Amino acid sequence: MRRTAAVLAAKAAAFASRRLRAGGGTALPGLIAEKVDPGLVRGLSSQLGQGSILITGTNGKTTTARLVRSVVAAAGLRPVANSEGSNMMRGVAAALAEAATWEGRLSRRKKRIGVFEVDEATLPLVATAVRPRVVVFSNLFRDQLDRYGEVETVAALWRKTVAELPDDVTLCLNADDPAVASLRDSATGRVVLYGLDDVSQAAGPIEHAADARWCPRCCAELSHTAVFYGHIGHWRCDSCGYARPAPDVACVRVGVNEGGVVAEIRTPSSVVQARLALQGVYNVYNALATAAAGVALGLDDSRIEKGLASVTAAFGRQERLVVRGRDVQLILAKNPAGLNQVLRGLTSDDDQKNIALFLNDRLADGRDISWIWDADFERLTGHVGTLTVSGIRAWDMALRVKYAGIAESPRVIESTAGALAEAIERTPEGETLYVIPTYTAMLEARNILGKWAGRGAFWENQ
Amino acid sequence: MKLRLAHLYPKLMNIYGDRGNIICLRRRCEMRGIDFAVDDLEVGDRLDPAAYDMAFIGGAQDREQRRVADDLRETKAGPLAEAVEAGLPVLAVCGGYQLMGRYYREADGAELPGLGILDLWTVHPGAEAKRFIGNVVAEWDGTTLVGFENHGGRTHLGPNATPLAKVVRGFGNNGDDGWEGARYRNVFGTYLHGSLLPKNPLLADHLIRLALERQHGEAVSLAPLDDTVEQMAHAEAVRLATKRSIIRFGG
Repeated sequence: MRRTAAVLAAKAAAFASRRLRAGGGTALPGLIAEKVDPGLVRGLSSQLGQGSILITGTNGKTTTARLVRSVVAAAGLRPVANSEGSNMMRGVAAALAEAATWEGRLSRRKKRIGVFEVDEATLPLVATAVRPRVVVFSNLFRDQLDRYGEVETVAALWRKTVAELPDDVTLCLNADDPAVASLRDSATGRVVLYGLDDVSQAAGPIEHAADARWCPRCCAELSHTAVFYGHIGHWRCDSCGYARPAPDVACVRVGVNEGGVVAEIRTPSSVVQARLALQGVYNVYNALATAAAGVALGLDDSRIEKGLASVTAAFGRQERLVVRGRDVQLILAKNPAGLNQVLRGLTSDDDQKNIALFLNDRLADGRDISWIWDADFERLTGHVGTLTVSGIRAWDMALRVKYAGIAESPRVIESTAGALAEAIERTPEGETLYVIPTYTAMLEARNILGKWAGRGAFWENQ
Repeated sequence: MKLRLAHLYPKLMNIYGDRGNIICLRRRCEMRGIDFAVDDLEVGDRLDPAAYDMAFIGGAQDREQRRVADDLRETKAGPLAEAVEAGLPVLAVCGGYQLMGRYYREADGAELPGLGILDLWTVHPGAEAKRFIGNVVAEWDGTTLVGFENHGGRTHLGPNATPLAKVVRGFGNNGDDGWEGARYRNVFGTYLHGSLLPKNPLLADHLIRLALERQHGEAVSLAPLDDTVEQMAHAEAVRLATKRSIIRFGG
């Protein structure tokens, strides 16, 4: 009875919030369902015939989850996923309630698989409730320190969670991030390591916003033969000899595709050509994490290849729209490591870019905006055509770009719609406007741009 | 004219965006034709007390702070204290601020000895205790300082340290006595990230002026800069903190 009430309440709330355009219909229904029946996630997830896969880490969760969904679908499975990025317990609850009948049963159970992206700090809770088959870790960077306190707090939480997982859980670990690779020391079961072998993708010295500079075992400073971004690369401790482990799933060559990259991924059984409609070395890592998850699930390499090829950007992550004759690209950036990757993408050619930066400091963005000073805006020098700055903390962003030396007095417009309208206006027709928002600003911007572009709001577009 | 700044432990003490303070000092010097050089001093590097016009140390995680505390004592304590007594302007933020004090008692009770340059001590009341996290507005020198605090430790000042500012919004040193930061000679200790100096250009210029006056032995006046963006960011930070924060008022 309780289960039925919870599922019904969740479904009703999802319906209502969609009708009211109050949001994507994701968080609220889950919250209601979990309030009515705290065992809902445990009860429903236990019916998933193929078990569950959890995806966590600072950057890449949403895109990786989207890629994994595509791969498991290509393998003939039916994913249940928190596909709108609501990655706390309530997002998982909402996804399960949505997939259930009103009696609290999942249909076509045999083929069902849970694909859940999970907030770094919520992982222990979700792992206990869901009892996953596979847990994928992407990377660990400074992010939302107002919530987590310290990066090390998250690392310690992960080590504890991993040590307490049953030994039939497979971990997929990024060999190139020392903080993630070293989770193998705490693992109880099988580990599939993934990493980038193609050193031609190395980007120069370790960034200011690098966090795992020190040996996870002996705390000496690590040295690197290749750094792909942040602290991600080929690392080694000269003091104790601990070094990047050889990956089981490796990208051996990165090539350029029209509108994306081709990653040649060596799995234990063959070589997969991952043709991604996504750009940037960080998306190579998302593809690698997905391939590792596919290997962990025992899926055929051909399914992995097919699944990876059919994915476009997750919402707000490199999404493209045409608005009033201009290409508009929406690229979420919410922490220094992620933003540095976006800046690197913008400066990969000599074109002057039209850019709109949105900085909010709501809870979901992180209340502390100090992080913008850890991102390397100085990289944009000589690459800026027009620049518009907006968001709740627009003036802080204006100050950052001023001190980066890229705009003495940037145009500041506080309202999101006003800033978007003017940024589009200032972008010459036929050129691209790059909209770079924090999380809540992305939700707002996407809604507005969606309307102007004649596409629906984001929850109609999955 | 030239100023040389010692940046203490940029690889270890760098997590909360405090680099902006150095970016700010550099630019505000260069805009006025003052050369600005920065030396990164890491673990093991010696500090020449006569070589610098300023020093900066930022915030870190507890684990890194332990390593820094050891190195400070081993390689830098004496020369730094000597330079401070000779009037060296120092900005110490968060973890760096705590290490300028006598000790930092960690959440598990372990005691980390500090430099004792500032007459203060910091106690972390335990892993379950609430961290002080949020926007801060504090009264300083007839104006305000704005920033963001994120610390577990509670700092208490002894008689030889003067509070830097009075909390208007936020927690400050310990959430009880209403003070934020500490001052001794030209050492400025504070919990404020943000970064602090870009949004508080008066404090940035105050530090630059102190450094130049110490170098030249006479009063110095700085050429004014166009601070429209700085003032807007400052005013907005005050407005947002005052409007939104769930606050405890300082005493």
